[in-house]
Amino acid sequence: MKQPLLEIKDLRAGVEDKAILKGINLTILPGEVHAVMGPNGSGKSTLASILAGREGYEITSGTVQFLGQDLLAMAPEERARAGVFLAFQYPVEIPGVNSTYFLKAALNEVRKHRGLPELDAIDFLQLVKEKMRLLELKEDLLKRPVNEGFSGGEKKRNEIFQMAVLEPALAILDETDSGLDIDALKIVAEGVNKLKRPDTGQLVITHYQRLLDYIIPDYVHVLHNGRIVRTGGKELALELEEKGYDWLIHPAAAAGV
Amino acid sequence: MSSATATIEEFVNKEYQYGFVTDVETDMIPPGLNEDVVRLISAKKKEPAFLLEWRLKAYRHWLTLTEPTWQQAHYPPIDYQAAIYYAAPKPKKTLGSLDEVDPEILKTFDKLGISLNEQKRLSGVAMDAVVDSVSVATTFSTELAKHGVIFCSFSEAVHKHPDLIEKYLGSVVPYTDNFFAALNSAVFSDGSFCYIPKGVRCPMELSTYFRINSANTGQFERTLIVAEEGAYVSYLEGCTAPMRDENQLHAAVVEIVALGRKSEVKYSTVQNWYPGDKNGKGGIYNFVTKRGKCLGESSKISWTQVETGSAITWKYPSVLLLGDNSIGEFYSVALTNNLQQADTGTKMVHVGKNTRSTIISKGISAGRGQNSYRGLVKIAKQATGARNFSQCDSLLVGDRCGAHTFPYIEVKNTSSQVEHEASTSKIGEDQIFYCNQRGISTQDAVSMIVNGFCKEVFRELPMEFAVEAQKLLGVSLEGSVG
Ligand SMILES: Nc1ncnc2c1ncn2[C@@H]1O[C@H](COP(=O)(O)OP(=O)(O)OP(=O)(O)O)[C@@H](O)[C@H]1O
Ligand SMILES: [Mg+2]
Repeated sequence: MKQPLLEIKDLRAGVEDKAILKGINLTILPGEVHAVMGPNGSGKSTLASILAGREGYEITSGTVQFLGQDLLAMAPEERARAGVFLAFQYPVEIPGVNSTYFLKAALNEVRKHRGLPELDAIDFLQLVKEKMRLLELKEDLLKRPVNEGFSGGEKKRNEIFQMAVLEPALAILDETDSGLDIDALKIVAEGVNKLKRPDTGQLVITHYQRLLDYIIPDYVHVLHNGRIVRTGGKELALELEEKGYDWLIHPAAAAGV
Repeated sequence: MSSATATIEEFVNKEYQYGFVTDVETDMIPPGLNEDVVRLISAKKKEPAFLLEWRLKAYRHWLTLTEPTWQQAHYPPIDYQAAIYYAAPKPKKTLGSLDEVDPEILKTFDKLGISLNEQKRLSGVAMDAVVDSVSVATTFSTELAKHGVIFCSFSEAVHKHPDLIEKYLGSVVPYTDNFFAALNSAVFSDGSFCYIPKGVRCPMELSTYFRINSANTGQFERTLIVAEEGAYVSYLEGCTAPMRDENQLHAAVVEIVALGRKSEVKYSTVQNWYPGDKNGKGGIYNFVTKRGKCLGESSKISWTQVETGSAITWKYPSVLLLGDNSIGEFYSVALTNNLQQADTGTKMVHVGKNTRSTIISKGISAGRGQNSYRGLVKIAKQATGARNFSQCDSLLVGDRCGAHTFPYIEVKNTSSQVEHEASTSKIGEDQIFYCNQRGISTQDAVSMIVNGFCKEVFRELPMEFAVEAQKLLGVSLEGSVG
């Protein structure tokens, strides 16, 4: 068997006295796309945040291996350099920091980690142009400070654009589809698909089957109250779209007993 | 400890790197201040009678004043009798050229990264270095003289150009101006003088480096810059001091006279006096009066300052816009960290017609630092068509620091236009995490955000200074992100 890209075992975490994740098990092999769905507040973003290394969560048990490394022991920037990318549900604005400058700094950190030389301005611009075409992103966005004044959809598209430039091994997309219009959704999804390689994986958090029409998942997981309560193929998403979550959460009620 | 905090903690522990003491023999007078001390200072410097008279008048006036308390700064009372008012590095013999400067002092400048020899060879920046109030070396004077530019220590100017000194000394900042200006006028021991004749664009940037070396001394230097019609000069000032447990007073006066039509003076400061330790022990009290007077029509004075040091900064570089169409500018970055306090800003006084002023102030507060912007825009009745634009932005790093803005506007002419913009932002954990998630370390993220915040001001600095300023901000940031 191939070495898993990501292997989460019995992950339990929370804040202060509140448990949020209550024993997550999830393995992503290279080349796989996993979708995570689930009602609001079930812990999807928390899982994404913990994988990316956001502070403020207490991890009470479990392990996370990323390409055989202990992910939880790594600083957030080390995880990013090693190839964990999080497309944020709510990307923050960073006033005063030019987008191009920011992205160049990020890319050079990643390249340094991979033992590659820094890209010079010309090569960088070339790369950026190419990726912008992929996402059909307006060029003037890159001249502005990071996310500052970007529309909701532009912010989301910008996240995937950054992902395209950084070429991570594991991309975690947290509700990238929400806030995108139909056309943008297609463009972004196609972008994500083009970035798929046999050695990379994707963890796609979404509420809507719609996105999964474009990004075809190998597995769909349903997260509820901090646990994965059901795992299935892409048809599970269709079923959820039809029936909602209730039948999974209260199977008895759904059966009409 | 969380990793973001851990990195920030490393900033905290970054020591002030200029805190060494140079071992040179010093000619010091005993502590205390009275008329005899004023006479002694004047005598040591073999000054002409007019100057002694002026000092004495200033001293007597100072006695009638009480220390100001309106600024947003808190410090224990200063004992003016405990300070030493004259300390000069003892010269081995009279200085004729740079080669004769005490090698220990030259070593000091090497440590500061501003070797005079190097300056001389490479950068083409003419510079005057002032240690403990006395000018020790002026490079490039001869070359400047070819253009008719006078650039020398204040003492030298007193002897060589007494007429100019008598005419312009106190013409912008009279000794009656304020408590610290009066004190400076009475006891100042040296400083720099610069005169740019008509039509001359000074061929190089002029630079003064101030350093306080001895213990218990106050530094009271004066700078006087005069630009004739069509003259231009860019002037740089840098400052450092050793680390000492007690506070030291720096009360300088800078006067700029943009005399003639279209004369222009650009004055840039990177102030990095010792700020005191993490607990607020020691550090320089920087109480400085800086003012320029645009007398000529279409003349221009521009102040750019990066204030990262000092325990307390109290400073308002100002411009009096008298000539019609004259321009005043103030670009400022002030950073306070740990227990530092800064109360800084500017005064733009519009008297001439169609005078314009721009104020860009960027205050950064970290740790428990307190940062106040205090600005006055005054438009006189006769200042038809005057315009001002002010922008005051504050950036908070962590949540134990403070930013305060006190803009005062006085408009007596209805045809004038005054605009004021202000903003406060905070470096939040979310922003840092976003950067981290893209592979950028917390340290780099903070300096990226801070540099972005300051770029409108850095843009005004000469190249090498801008680089130094960026580095300084990186070193000086010791807040906690939250
Ligand atoms: N830092 C925090 N402090 C307190 N509670 C938190 C924190 N982070 C998450 N939670 C709580 O944990 C639960 C899971 O939140 P999370 O954001 O992971 O949900 P989600 O599945 O992403 O929801 P949505 O679909 O609405 O985005 C919520 O009840 C939320 O309020
Ligand atoms: Mg969420």
